Amino acid sequence: MNGRPEGSALVTGASRGIGAAIAGALANDGWPVGVNYRQDSEGAEAVVKQITDAGGRAIALQGDVSDPETADQLFKRLEDELGPVLVLVNNAGVRADGLSPQIDDEDWQKVIDTNLSAAFRLTRRALRPMIRARYGRVVNIASIVGQRANPGQANYAASKAGLVALTKTVAAEVAKRGVTVNAVAPGLIETEMTEGIGGNLLEHVPARRAGTPEEVAECVRFLASDGATYVTGVCLTVDGGLTA
Amino acid sequence: MSTTATRQEIEQRVFQALEEFGAEPDQIGPDAEFEAMDVDSLDLVELAQIVEDDYGVQLKGEDMEGITTVRQAVDLVVSKLP
Repeated sequence: MNGRPEGSALVTGASRGIGAAIAGALANDGWPVGVNYRQDSEGAEAVVKQITDAGGRAIALQGDVSDPETADQLFKRLEDELGPVLVLVNNAGVRADGLSPQIDDEDWQKVIDTNLSAAFRLTRRALRPMIRARYGRVVNIASIVGQRANPGQANYAASKAGLVALTKTVAAEVAKRGVTVNAVAPGLIETEMTEGIGGNLLEHVPARRAGTPEEVAECVRFLASDGATYVTGVCLTVDGGLTA
Repeated sequence: MSTTATRQEIEQRVFQALEEFGAEPDQIGPDAEFEAMDVDSLDLVELAQIVEDDYGVQLKGEDMEGITTVRQAVDLVVSKLP
């Protein structure tokens, strides 16, 4: 694998949608993959099967990343089964939409916990072995909503904007150890999370279509590859021109 | 993981780590200052990881505050040996 150290990749929230596509893309690039899921064990097992049928290696890892204990548990299991974690993709994300006067504390907190705090804890756990290995790739799945206003998503937007700031800061901290930290900001992508979102939005997309999970996964695959060794601290927007 | 590491063993391990971090061998010594060897805070984070892996000693951020020389670092590790 181009002289990179032996190791594995962890993708959170990988039982479906963008996470599942990312797991597949990394496996195609030769990474053994830990497919994390919270509840959808069937989806996760299907992702694992697709990878192993194609000759790759993968295991399903149950864990709710919003629980502070989960980071250590996931890493320990993946390290034991597939080797040191050299690629971390913080993809797990939830929405709890509403206009700000109507977002209650619970809906605020759970979005921040899953989308931002979990990414921090998993990154913290990943960094120390990556620093020792002189190799690491952290890719955080953000969103264009973190950059441009979208009424009804103050909690989601705050979590994603925070994720980008976390990305840049950590990138600057660890760059000299060969660890890159980047974000990918998808626009409107065809997944369960965007089902039911008004069709009018497509009129504003210059490409006149939603993107696919595979198109987002390809960006993550690139950032996790040897080819992107000098790319760090960036947010790669993949939105068909929506925020251009 | 050593069960009873000696001060000298720990000091040697620290010297080895400093060399890995790029410090010039002739600058490394028991009273060397980290700043003079271009050893920065990220290097010290890694040193804490090495110390944890090899000796089971956990060094938190606040423990490392004010540690500016090899001697202080080794003393700190020795003081926390299980």
